[in-house]
Amino acid sequence: MDGLDTGDTAWMLASTALVLLMTPGLAFFYGGMVRSKSVLNMMMMSLSAIGLVGILWVLYGYSVAFGNDVGGGLLGNPAEAWGLKGLFVGSYTGDEISYPLSGTIPALVFVGFQATFAIITVALISGAVADRMKFGSWLVFAGIWATVVYFPVAHWVFAFSNDDTGVVGGWIANDLAAIDFAGGTAVHINAGAAALALALVIGKRLGWPREPMRPHNLPFVMLGAGLLWFGWFGFNAGSALGANGIAGFAMMNTIIATCAAMLGWLVTEKVRDGKPTSLGAASGVVAGLVAITPSCSSVSPLGAILLGVIAGVVCALAVGLKFRFGYDDSLDVVGVHLVGGLIGTILIGFLADPGSPAGVAGLFYGGGVDQLWRQVVGALAVLIYSFVLTYVIALIVKAIMGLRLDGEDEATGIDEVENAESAYDFSTLRSLSGAGTPRPDAATSAAATHVPAHASKES
Amino acid sequence: MMLVTAIVKPFALAEVRSGLEQHSVSGMTVGEVSGYGRQRGHTEVYRGGDYHVDFVPKVRIEVVVDDGAVDGVVDCVVQAARTGKIGDGKVWVTPVETVVRVRTGERGAEAL
Repeated sequence: MDGLDTGDTAWMLASTALVLLMTPGLAFFYGGMVRSKSVLNMMMMSLSAIGLVGILWVLYGYSVAFGNDVGGGLLGNPAEAWGLKGLFVGSYTGDEISYPLSGTIPALVFVGFQATFAIITVALISGAVADRMKFGSWLVFAGIWATVVYFPVAHWVFAFSNDDTGVVGGWIANDLAAIDFAGGTAVHINAGAAALALALVIGKRLGWPREPMRPHNLPFVMLGAGLLWFGWFGFNAGSALGANGIAGFAMMNTIIATCAAMLGWLVTEKVRDGKPTSLGAASGVVAGLVAITPSCSSVSPLGAILLGVIAGVVCALAVGLKFRFGYDDSLDVVGVHLVGGLIGTILIGFLADPGSPAGVAGLFYGGGVDQLWRQVVGALAVLIYSFVLTYVIALIVKAIMGLRLDGEDEATGIDEVENAESAYDFSTLRSLSGAGTPRPDAATSAAATHVPAHASKES
Repeated sequence: MMLVTAIVKPFALAEVRSGLEQHSVSGMTVGEVSGYGRQRGHTEVYRGGDYHVDFVPKVRIEVVVDDGAVDGVVDCVVQAARTGKIGDGKVWVTPVETVVRVRTGERGAEAL
């Protein structure tokens, strides 16, 4: 078929799988950082985002993000590809092969690839509300947030106009012409600003910051960081939408900046705290990945090193802000994703190398402030939109169904209360027919009536 | 009969055990416990946040012995567990009314 490139398609199929893997990876990254009594809920917030946002994306999300613009570059037409209408058509076998394409790849591959971005952006927010958000409220919040914040913002940033087809895209990508290759604004600034707003509305965990809330499983955090980095090659190099030199360029920068950021974070810890930590190494990796996300097509290798070091050092310092200002962004979504996203997006204005695929000169390359102001406007627009809308959504959900567990349930542990499970069964007493478990409350006794009769006899 | 309870550093357990075997102590009970004495805890740092860990891991060893053997057993434990640094632990002795072997019903020193 004319226009289809099998190499591009193969890479984009693989990239889609890579980016989807990032969300379970994020579940491990976040899950290891919480206390053992809430690891399952933490991982469930990520996993449930896959289920929920995946379906919303098919129903109308893709259409809102990538449908023809309905005006001002603000929103795609939700009715255009409702339920992927018009995309599940064509003949796939025989002599006359024909089906919708998006560039050089099947349109459905592009739909799937972009679905994984919507999913992980929602999942990223959950790190701010560890241990205390009702699971049902999380799902309702996540659905509304994806609908009114992510889908439109993805349109602003990722939907490029196409003169051949006459399709009009979003304002940040086309009118403002800010560079955001893979989602520094739409994904990371967006999720980070939302995390800040949600953390402010839901309030601090009981005992924070007085009580120590140590990560219960740092090897999980390492595993998660590894999966995230691996998947991020799909995120960044996949955003080239083809198997080509731009993908290779993005992939290399995704290695370079991430290495530099890890070292930057570790050196900061060594100087400030006296010891470099494993959590710091894992966090530095993610900070570097975040910062190189918007900039991986527009900076040189040396630029990527500088950008990575800055991200590692600044994010390592930024995670302390919550203690100074007193907001419980439990797993530092603000310090890593909002701050890292801002660094990556805005530094493009300084470090953009005209020899890179983006072909734009930043301030340090004689381009003046032309690209810099575009980057700043794009970053601030997403930050403010996301923060304000998220704050309002959170207040609405709070008013209708409440956001957080009551104090006793939070102290008991959200896994047991919300999911009727516990992650680990290491204690001898607990594994003996129910001995050692707290007295059942109304909620768990209701669940217990579903247990088969023979199971309850043993206890 | 006396109950000798020793709270020692976890890595001292192997030495204490082999020392007690040479004193013909025929059994012991061991548990993982947490606590602090003069040593207090230690500080851990996560993403720049300091967490003071008050309760440090220790091992509790309990041995019931005949009155005459108490001093030897206590000395043996102390010798095996001592590193000379703060946090080596404590040993204390309490009187025991009686002991029953569950399998046979034997009582007193016979049950040890």
